[in-house]
Amino acid sequence: MDHLLEMRNLSIDLYRGRRTPPVKLVEGIDLNIDKKQNFGIVGESGCGKSITCSSIMGLLSFPLSVGAGSSIRFQRENGTDTELLSLPKKQMQQLRGKEISMIFQEPMTALDPMYTIEDQIVESLRFHTDLSRSAMREAALEMLRKVKIPRAEEILKEYPHHLSGGMLQRVMIAIALINNPRLLIADEPTTALDVTIQAQILDLMNELRESYDTSVIMITHDLGVIAETCEQVAVFYAGQVVEQASVDDIFHHTAHPYTSGLLRSVTSLGGEQKELYTIRGTVPTAGQFSSGCRFADRCEHCTARCREAVPPLTEVAPGHQCRCWLHASGAEKEAAR
Amino acid sequence: MKRLGQTIRDLWKDPMGRIGMIGILLVILVAIFAPLAAPFEPDKMVAMPKSAPSADYWFGTDNYGRDIFSRILYGARVSLEVGIIAVGIGAVAGYILGLLAGYFEGWVDRVIMCVMDILFAFPSILLAIFISAVLGRGLVNTMIAIGIVNIPVFARTVRAAVISAKGLEYVSNARSVGVRTGAILVRHISPNVVAPFTVQATLALSSAILTEASMSFLGLGIQPPDPSWGSMLSEARTFMEQAPWMAIFPALFIIVTILLFNILGDSLRDVLDPKLKT
Repeated sequence: MDHLLEMRNLSIDLYRGRRTPPVKLVEGIDLNIDKKQNFGIVGESGCGKSITCSSIMGLLSFPLSVGAGSSIRFQRENGTDTELLSLPKKQMQQLRGKEISMIFQEPMTALDPMYTIEDQIVESLRFHTDLSRSAMREAALEMLRKVKIPRAEEILKEYPHHLSGGMLQRVMIAIALINNPRLLIADEPTTALDVTIQAQILDLMNELRESYDTSVIMITHDLGVIAETCEQVAVFYAGQVVEQASVDDIFHHTAHPYTSGLLRSVTSLGGEQKELYTIRGTVPTAGQFSSGCRFADRCEHCTARCREAVPPLTEVAPGHQCRCWLHASGAEKEAAR
Repeated sequence: MKRLGQTIRDLWKDPMGRIGMIGILLVILVAIFAPLAAPFEPDKMVAMPKSAPSADYWFGTDNYGRDIFSRILYGARVSLEVGIIAVGIGAVAGYILGLLAGYFEGWVDRVIMCVMDILFAFPSILLAIFISAVLGRGLVNTMIAIGIVNIPVFARTVRAAVISAKGLEYVSNARSVGVRTGAILVRHISPNVVAPFTVQATLALSSAILTEASMSFLGLGIQPPDPSWGSMLSEARTFMEQAPWMAIFPALFIIVTILLFNILGDSLRDVLDPKLKT
């Protein structure tokens, strides 16, 4: 396997009782994450980006489950390929936090108020190493210094409510990286933080990624974060990937109307003053998608064909895929007829 | 146990909580020191039967001439013993079942909660009578019967707390760093269950004491000559007109004790509810 992680045809079902068929919240997701790559996933709330990543960790719980025919393959530390979706629970627990770890959106609630920072860092070591308690404490201290927390010694003894959001997010990063994982999933790591702290956290993550050789999946709805940190980007819309390309292509050779809509609705400082662009309409509800393109109702370029058939994800340029009839090749247009 | 100290301090600040705490402490002391405090042996005939309350026999004597005051002090032991052990049985079993049902959901939850709902559907006194009819009379069986009756309430309380705690981000976070299920339950979920659980336990104590009294009144609980408030009340029934004190004093103690536990339970709920804290 050339990639660190290969996701094929991933779908996620929402169980709605025995008599009604499950709703597919996410469908047909193919993603490749390379070693040491910074991969961005953008999309608005509810587009399925977070649950897609939870499924990598095996953290989906009832009523969500991974649909049939999905595959997530991961290259383990020992060089073997593993199908994560069929991994026994025990082994998945060993892999979580050790080879794949995750940073959550809200640092304030992601740490247990009952325990000190030291306890929480040590907890992630305890299940993956057999270090002595004092060695684990040393490791925790060293890790706090790496994430540039001042007064690390004292902070170890403090409780989450003593620290600010930015500090807590640093602690979260320390917890996530302490076992030197191969893949780090960051679920909107800066959304809950002040803008100035956001930049610091992103810088820190970039720095650590380089020194740890970790691949990062950055989930965000902030295109600024993508521009600053990522190499490859997938744009999610209503449970599908609508465009996937390198950061340059996404920003400079935008193909999908949704992506260009997103780019146009970003505010900029110092630009000419005009009303902010908005994409009209709202995201369709999962389970009520039309037979055509899911973006059709909101699209400025919508044609009759868009309402008839779902456009395939096609290559518009090398390494640049887009799910739109505007860019589909002649043969595919024929096939869809 | 910094939180325990804090809780007691908060309870003390609440006037009702203070009354509850002091009152229950008194009841407990009475139960512990009954042999020292009681002026007479509880099952010795010490005076004329059915003598009215006097300086020597504060609450009068019963139909056998036994001192009611002494019997009530000893009866406090039985009441508390039954209450605490019965609630203990119910709480431990309910806690485990609630934790399993809440954490695993799916069929585990459905099976456990279905059984709990069936138990819940019976009026508690009826169920307790049924169980003690199956097990036989006596102190231990009464405790077991009341304990079983209490399981569903605890299972429900704990399950609800677990389900809400499971959705907390730090629980997902613990799972994402590979913490094992058992450790998550013990370290991260259980602390969230403590508050509703404690409140439930206090309130269950009062209802257990009442159930014991009712069962003894019906002749299914504590057997003579052991003194129990319920069985004393039961015996008094026949002599209501000649010796009303035989009924009044045990009844008074049942009422006051239950009231104290309820007051403490209410106050504890206010103290432990983070939403009410300012």
